[in-house]
Amino acid sequence: MNAQAVASSSRRRRAAGRWRAIRRYPALLAGLTLLSLLVAAVILAPVISPYPPDHVDLFHILAGPSWAHPLGTDELGRDELSRLLWAGRTDLRVGALAVIFPFCFGTAVGTLSGYYGGLLDAFVMRIVDVVIAFPFYVLVIGLVFVVGEGTRGIYIAFAVADWVVYARTVRATTLVVRESDYVAAAKAGGLGDLRILLGHVLPNTISQAIVYIMSDVVLVIVAVVTLGYLGLGVQPPTPDWGSMVSDGQQFLTTHWTLATLPGIAVVLTGLSLSLVGDGLADRLRPQ
Amino acid sequence: MSPAALEVRDLMLSAGDHHRRWPLVDGVSFSVDAGHSIGIVGESGCGKSLTLRAIMALTPGAIAIDAGTVLLGGEEIPLRGRRIRATRRGRMSMVFQDPQSSLDPVHSAGAQVAEIARRVRGLPRAAAWTRAIELLDLVGIRDAPRRAHDYPHQLSGGMRQRVMIAMAVASEPQVLLCDEPTTALDVTVQAQVLDLLDALRIQLRLALVFVSHDLAVVGSICEQVAVMYAGRFVECGPTLEVLARPRHPYTLGLRQAVVDADDGGRLPRAIAGELPDPSARPPGCPFHPRCDFADDACVQAAVELAVVGDDERRAVACLHSELVPAP
Amino acid sequence: MSTASQTTPANLVVRDLRVAYRSTGGGAILAADGVSLSLRSGEVLGLVGESGCGKTTVARAITGLVTPEQGEIELDGARLARRSRAQRRAIQLVFQDPFASLNPRRTVRSVLAELLKVHALADGAQRERRCVELMELVGLPAGALDRLPAAFSGGQRQRIAIARAIAVQPRLIVADEPMSALDVSVGAAILALFERLRSDLGLGLLLISHNLAVVAAICDHVAVMYLGRVVETGPRGDVFADPRHPYTRALLDAAPRLRRDRAEGPRLREEAPPPGTRPSGCAFHDRCPRAEEICRRDAPVLAAVQGQPGRLAACHFSHEQHRGGRPR
Repeated sequence: MNAQAVASSSRRRRAAGRWRAIRRYPALLAGLTLLSLLVAAVILAPVISPYPPDHVDLFHILAGPSWAHPLGTDELGRDELSRLLWAGRTDLRVGALAVIFPFCFGTAVGTLSGYYGGLLDAFVMRIVDVVIAFPFYVLVIGLVFVVGEGTRGIYIAFAVADWVVYARTVRATTLVVRESDYVAAAKAGGLGDLRILLGHVLPNTISQAIVYIMSDVVLVIVAVVTLGYLGLGVQPPTPDWGSMVSDGQQFLTTHWTLATLPGIAVVLTGLSLSLVGDGLADRLRPQ
Repeated sequence: MSPAALEVRDLMLSAGDHHRRWPLVDGVSFSVDAGHSIGIVGESGCGKSLTLRAIMALTPGAIAIDAGTVLLGGEEIPLRGRRIRATRRGRMSMVFQDPQSSLDPVHSAGAQVAEIARRVRGLPRAAAWTRAIELLDLVGIRDAPRRAHDYPHQLSGGMRQRVMIAMAVASEPQVLLCDEPTTALDVTVQAQVLDLLDALRIQLRLALVFVSHDLAVVGSICEQVAVMYAGRFVECGPTLEVLARPRHPYTLGLRQAVVDADDGGRLPRAIAGELPDPSARPPGCPFHPRCDFADDACVQAAVELAVVGDDERRAVACLHSELVPAP
Repeated sequence: MSTASQTTPANLVVRDLRVAYRSTGGGAILAADGVSLSLRSGEVLGLVGESGCGKTTVARAITGLVTPEQGEIELDGARLARRSRAQRRAIQLVFQDPFASLNPRRTVRSVLAELLKVHALADGAQRERRCVELMELVGLPAGALDRLPAAFSGGQRQRIAIARAIAVQPRLIVADEPMSALDVSVGAAILALFERLRSDLGLGLLLISHNLAVVAAICDHVAVMYLGRVVETGPRGDVFADPRHPYTRALLDAAPRLRRDRAEGPRLREEAPPPGTRPSGCAFHDRCPRAEEICRRDAPVLAAVQGQPGRLAACHFSHEQHRGGRPR
């Protein structure tokens, strides 16, 4: 039988199997659906939002829902729906980008530390201990103060504070995988360390980190929103759910939607990411 | 004549969903008298462990018990329904394969045995502890009073299995079900544990049901043997006879796959092929794809167990049992 | 059968191997305490002993996965210390647990192809063909190449592990209890596979097991280990017919028999002491039915058995024949 034909037909079979597998996990499906809707909405914000987010209209401030403004307007007459969509754009983007460095750096450090052990491991773990000892928000806020507000500050602050969880998780799994028979077989087979780490260790340790990314993005988005609320995050005029909540606070008793709708947006985002994370955890668990 | 200690009639288990169901255990019947033993042997996946678990009311939720009657000492016990495990308590016990995962790691050996004595036999605390030490000694653990305080991780595999046996015996059952109890043990420890089970059978008049994939193990401890394939018994009878003169090709295959030290270094013969997937059983006799003696008749209709010879305990489910040579 | 991968004859000599590992208590335990073995090309040596006797440690040291404290491992007269990639090829290991010895996230093809690539054994289309060939050698269909280990049964996984071992064209395979985790009938097929590979590819095979009966089927020579030391060696037929060490006798007696009468001979009491707690004198004396005062004082040396060339035993009474002289 032709070796190539066998290879390609089973590739197709596996792709079909993957789709079937996704259908089988309702959490994953629901999460992905919701997440796709949210992501689509914010990506299409320039197209679907009725107004630019900073379009001030002082004749229609604090308006209720109407045909012109489906979700009303804020204290400067800016359309709430548009602001929600544009703010989502900012927050989701920052959230997604801010986890990239912690994920990559933390995974790399955790893998090397777990695989080689010894002094490297001891050194790295002490650093991890120190960073973890700081309450997360204290560290992030402190760093933002030092580095400066705005998105640059956010990225740097998370790069410093957030990588440790990945390092710890990946290190723990690496310690186990390091002792497995298939890694021993790879060593006995004459494979070099780099090939073993990339091809045999990492595929088996990274799934936990990937699942954690989902929770981490939620964490980061909430942190970005919190920083925004405190005035330390994304700076105006760029819209951000956090600053929307902060601005809308004063109108809580009269126009509660201004402060609440951004909050609901955060909740929905967090929910979808959690569902995807749960679904991925089920899916990635080795049979 | 007193009723058998354990009698099973036409046990049927199946799995699947509402579209399709397929049998995992397909009409299994056997009986054991007090003080006697029967072994059920077959490859992994043939349904032998599931049979024991159904009898012990431990079937996993996804598996349905479609039919069957189980009688303990002549009295029927339910297979389905709520609170059925209570009907086994103090009458039937089970020893599992992996002592590492079957013992609770946070309680000492003595505590686990004593707990059974307390809960099942109603002994007060102090008496239960004494009984636990007695039982640990009975199963061959040296220095039992001291070792009763040891935790499972401080015990070797063989000792953990002995503790499990002590727990099983603590409830003073009439029937002891053993699900591959020695498979995870070294051959020397296995020999000790088999000796122990045999001795307990005689001493406590237990009815022993022993499940294993190893024909040699079953052959060395059981008086009766039943060979199981794809959910059915394909041959049964007194062990010595069945091993000396198998009548079913599968039994012959199992026999030839065993390396017996007495055979003088003969290379064992494997049985070609594998057990069929329960959801895709071949028609007719389920063994026919792997059978050297199969013909068209074997594909047509399922073959039932039929008594062969004078001994009514000796039965085979094969159309060509006369063709099967001596091993 | 492909003779393109006929191996050149290998001669393995292990001398006085000592391997230690750190115990949880903090001290070092000698898992292998002066083990010497030899294996001639195309032969099968069976290494037998209970769990904890050090046979797995010896296997790992021979394969180069563990560094010994002391001792030499030589292949064709060349010492194997820090091994080069080419040297690592020569000795491969097949592990005990087929459910843990394959990377769950790699397909069979990717693992085999990687080995072929790294050792420059085949390239491009040749690699594809070689993968299919390897599957044929171990009795699996070509379609198995693109599946993940989870799709296979224990026996099939063990075949894949064997394919992985022979992919680099080793001269010697060390098989550490390859059938212990499998059904007896499935294990028989694996044993037959080893035998076939040995005769077709000319491989040397070090077969490790706790079951002497299994070893009896294909081994030319047998070495018995107890608590880190070799206590008896010799040609298989001789050792089985007339074991000269009481531990070997006990192992033979312990093998389950198909006849219902359990073997005569006293059963071994209790179990082997945990590694690191050697009794004084002969390590076996506290379980030995033949033990006498001298056994408690003096540890016997592994020495030639009187009148039996090619056989060694570490027992003060190795000159005695097996009680009753019953052939086995």
